[in-house]
Amino acid sequence: MKKVALSVLMTALLAACSSTPPADPNAGKTTAPVTGSETKPATVDLTQGSDLNKGNNPLTDPNNILSQRRVYFDFDSFVVKSDYQALLAAHAKYLLANKDAKLIVQGNTDDRGTAEYNLALGQKRAEATKKVLLSLGVPESQLESVSFGEEKPLEPGQTEEAWSRNRNANLVYKGESAQ
Amino acid sequence: MPTFQTTMQRMTSWLFLAAALLFTMMHARAADNMTIEVVGAGASQYPIAIAPFQSEQSLPQALTPVVGDDLTRSGLFKVIGAGDLAPMPFAPEQLNPAALTGRGAQTALIGSVIPAGDSFTVKFWLVDLSNKNVLLAHQLSARVSQSRRVAHQIADMVYQKLTGEPGAFNSRIAYVVKRGKRHELQVADADGYGAQTVLASNQPIMSPKWSPDGGRLAYVSFEEQKPIVYVQDLASGKRWKAAAFKGSNSAPAWSPDGRQLAVVLTKDSGSQIYLVNTDGSNPRRLTNTGDINTEPSFTPDGRSIVFTSDRGGSPQIYRMPVSGGGGERLTFQGAYNASGKVSPDGKSMALITRTGKGFQVAVMDMASRQIQVLTDTGADDSPSFASNGRMILYETGSRGTLAAVSVDGRIKQRLKAQNGDVRQPAWGPLLR
Repeated sequence: MKKVALSVLMTALLAACSSTPPADPNAGKTTAPVTGSETKPATVDLTQGSDLNKGNNPLTDPNNILSQRRVYFDFDSFVVKSDYQALLAAHAKYLLANKDAKLIVQGNTDDRGTAEYNLALGQKRAEATKKVLLSLGVPESQLESVSFGEEKPLEPGQTEEAWSRNRNANLVYKGESAQ
Repeated sequence: MPTFQTTMQRMTSWLFLAAALLFTMMHARAADNMTIEVVGAGASQYPIAIAPFQSEQSLPQALTPVVGDDLTRSGLFKVIGAGDLAPMPFAPEQLNPAALTGRGAQTALIGSVIPAGDSFTVKFWLVDLSNKNVLLAHQLSARVSQSRRVAHQIADMVYQKLTGEPGAFNSRIAYVVKRGKRHELQVADADGYGAQTVLASNQPIMSPKWSPDGGRLAYVSFEEQKPIVYVQDLASGKRWKAAAFKGSNSAPAWSPDGRQLAVVLTKDSGSQIYLVNTDGSNPRRLTNTGDINTEPSFTPDGRSIVFTSDRGGSPQIYRMPVSGGGGERLTFQGAYNASGKVSPDGKSMALITRTGKGFQVAVMDMASRQIQVLTDTGADDSPSFASNGRMILYETGSRGTLAAVSVDGRIKQRLKAQNGDVRQPAWGPLLR
């Protein structure tokens, strides 16, 4: 992995958070030196970027099945229900017709349990959904399964209904911004 | 002070008054919304008189109020005011023990500040009032801008002298704040002062973890619409991808020597644990069993990694050698045990266990494997030991807040923030 210094992104708040020089090591007799660990951290601001959502196309046309992007899962389940066969078949067809399109399957969970474990649970849902698309002939190179775990709930509540909404795999085409 | 040493709880508990101030700084108008609950304290407390140091008002931050606040928040000290003494003692020979023992004090902290331009020197003494023996005599020099840090160092020295165990006041915490769509990774002193945003993003940020030297954070950012592990140098803001493979990259953990990260990758099959160098090079796969292997955390000796796996059918904590392979199951009580973090002394492990109340912070004795639930909350996550192992910082509630609990469960602290979720705290190493 190469080093990537995102200096462009850091500029916004750097001025407000500039470093403080470390203590002068010669400042008087010291029996336990206080060194420069007070240096204030710098800020990297990523919030200024623009969304990549595109205009009208079949993927966002509400009358097109391709605008449906969520595959919901039962509690503690990673099985893609047959209800989603048509939806996934439509996306498979789109991907096969648009070889440059890349689909990211984002797994999501409810927020019960630890955040890092939930990230792995969401990954299992994303991979189960990806397997269906692979079985429909979509090349592996057009698919990526990732997880948001519990980080992007559709419903913030603590009810069975909210939890069931939050257990899903979300289909996002590369270049779109997710919800 | 043998009676205190035998009866006291040996733990610290600072943090949250502090965190209030943290939010005061971020949201000056929201300060009223903060409430701090501290439940429990040492069964008895070291009564210590703290006299204002000579000339400390010349500093941007007087030292003794910070020392007093640190010790008070630990739950182990009763700080007795001495600001009205006349004449004020600034050195042991000036001390009149009777004036302070009458107020219940057993020891006194006195001292003086010698300003020198933008630097200063502080001399201080901890004196046993029963016999005027000097328990601690020390001198520190620093820039005036480091006044708070010097005060925390003094508090740590007093804490260690009287409790016999190291303090952890001079340390920092990291955590993620979420307000609406905005996510901020912040760093603050352990008492909450000096909060700084080190990363702001419209996408989630997760899993901040301190490098052993306290100079860097590893974390997960979703800024590219998927989880990628970054390392960021705090002083410069320079950051780089430490794991950005196809699929998800998550749950970084530093090796104790700071040279490697354990990370969870899905590039092959399922969620598997790998070691990478901190520049992202040389990934080596460690696990091969189960669909889910995550939450890696090194044992303090650097020889083993504890982690959570579903290989037995439910999430349980396992331990494997750092060379990978195998894995000895550590938890057997209950159907959900996760987020294992071995204590600095290696004798216990903090974890999240599922109970009738939900998900709670617990400790497991590594020898007996007995699990003791520490909290009375039900949606706990991300336990993190203080460097001295006395307190565990964690996230709690479906709307995240930070809390801390002593390892014996007796002292509980909680910060309630009205504005935004505060999540995934990590307690950093002692600063030097």
